[in-house]
Amino acid sequence: MIEVVNLSKQFGDIKAVDHISFTAHDGEILGFLGPNGAGKSTTMNILTGFISSTDGKALIDGIDILEEPQKAKARIGYLPEQPPLYMDMTVKEYLCFIYDLKKCKLPRNTHLADICRLVKIEHVYKRLIRNLSKGYKQRVGLAQALVGNPNVLILDEPTVGLDPQQIIDIRNLIKKLGKNHTVVLSSHILSEVQAVCDRIVVINQGKIVADDTEEHLSKTMSSDHRLYVKIEGPREQVFEVLDDVPGVEQITDVYEREPGVYEYRIQPEDDRDIRKGIFAAVAENGWYIVEMKSLELSLEDIFIRLTMGDSLKLKKGAK
Amino acid sequence: MGAVFRREVLSYFTSPIGYIVLAAFYASSAFLFVASALQSGSTQLNSVYSALFVVVLVLIPILTMRTMSEEKRQKTDQCLLTSPISLPSLVLGKFFGAFLVYVMSVAITLVYAVVVSFFAKPDWTVIFGNITGMLLLGGAYIAVGIFVSSLTENQMISAVISFFFMVALYIIGYIAEFIPVDWIATALKSFSFATRYEGFTYGLFDLSNVLFFLSVIAAFLFLTVRVLEKRRWA
Repeated sequence: MIEVVNLSKQFGDIKAVDHISFTAHDGEILGFLGPNGAGKSTTMNILTGFISSTDGKALIDGIDILEEPQKAKARIGYLPEQPPLYMDMTVKEYLCFIYDLKKCKLPRNTHLADICRLVKIEHVYKRLIRNLSKGYKQRVGLAQALVGNPNVLILDEPTVGLDPQQIIDIRNLIKKLGKNHTVVLSSHILSEVQAVCDRIVVINQGKIVADDTEEHLSKTMSSDHRLYVKIEGPREQVFEVLDDVPGVEQITDVYEREPGVYEYRIQPEDDRDIRKGIFAAVAENGWYIVEMKSLELSLEDIFIRLTMGDSLKLKKGAK
Repeated sequence: MGAVFRREVLSYFTSPIGYIVLAAFYASSAFLFVASALQSGSTQLNSVYSALFVVVLVLIPILTMRTMSEEKRQKTDQCLLTSPISLPSLVLGKFFGAFLVYVMSVAITLVYAVVVSFFAKPDWTVIFGNITGMLLLGGAYIAVGIFVSSLTENQMISAVISFFFMVALYIIGYIAEFIPVDWIATALKSFSFATRYEGFTYGLFDLSNVLFFLSVIAAFLFLTVRVLEKRRWA
């Protein structure tokens, strides 16, 4: 279990992490989502004891990482953003080194063989790390985090540089690990967080802007029921006609998608169905509707709205 | 400590550095041995040992330049510093790794002593005094080198700064000659590696010199630990 209470980190004048609090329970996969430079890696570095916090606490299974670093670190497997690999070692030498470094007590050969099977690096076991592809290096990095079977896994962008098949493999692996470990996973790839995580913490400019399950997030955010309509016809006239359709509150944006075809984003009043009205109005004028769809907010949109400093701020209580 | 030590020794010999340092030390010490002992028909190895000081001065920065800086550059320090080992044992592992390679190079001088022993009975106490001196001097310089290496991410900068730092510690006694204020001159002289080391080459085993080098080792390893600690708090 990981408990973060009021954690802050200041680099000079820059507040990299600003009073964040969250908890990751046993058997939970927590997704840590945010744009580049949001403070994800900083938070992870604090959690693993690589750097200290300016303020606040981070507890690993109830042990304060600042007060008893060695004890807390023994419970963590960490895969940093750039896997910490020694290029001059073979995979075998490297994993044995990590095994010794972590003072692991499990039977060495079987334990390392298990891990290699899990992350699928058995066939490169005797090769120099320098000569491995990026995907394999990433997997060796993940293997390193798994040595000693730690309770808590902290993975900083674990699927970077992998090919699609490998990404699916690693995600499945993380899901599997999540059943009996606490996993914190950071990413700026939304689909990844969506696919793997039980809970999502969105962080932006060092602050938590949302902490919820994915389902809840999309539900609370999709108070937006805008309609996207592509119409072939003169822009200004179409605009006026659409604006007069009963139930249309506002046309928020107009984009030219193809020559002569414009996309209108229409905000209906409350939850009124304006599709038929729009169809009739457009048909009456002899124009064509090329496409019509209602907007469903994906995690992507939620993310962008949350991190663009939108007034729609989500709190836990919004459930 | 064991894990770091083993990795360190391994890394010296999976890269050319270990071999280069050993080869350079063996070649230059052999040259000194031939030139100053064999050619002149002397069985005294003192001059060989005192001349080796300069060789040590050049080779140790190469030996230590990457110990800490490379970890930082490759970000492997993230692995070391988030693993459940203490900082002192990490630094000690690094130190003994470099020291072992150094011991392997100094060990060659025993061969010279054996060669000399075919011609005359060598003064073993002087030889062992010399070797002790070499090991202490090297240990102190390795500690300095590791400390400098922990300050930078760049191997070359680390090597160059270590070299100048080591030269400064070497000639500090000569600089002291030019300082008119007595107590400053005396203080500086007491830090002179050259003077401290000279005693050993005469076969003098002065406890204060032994303690001096041991303190330098301890001080710089401690400073290295502090540098790592400080990085955490930065």
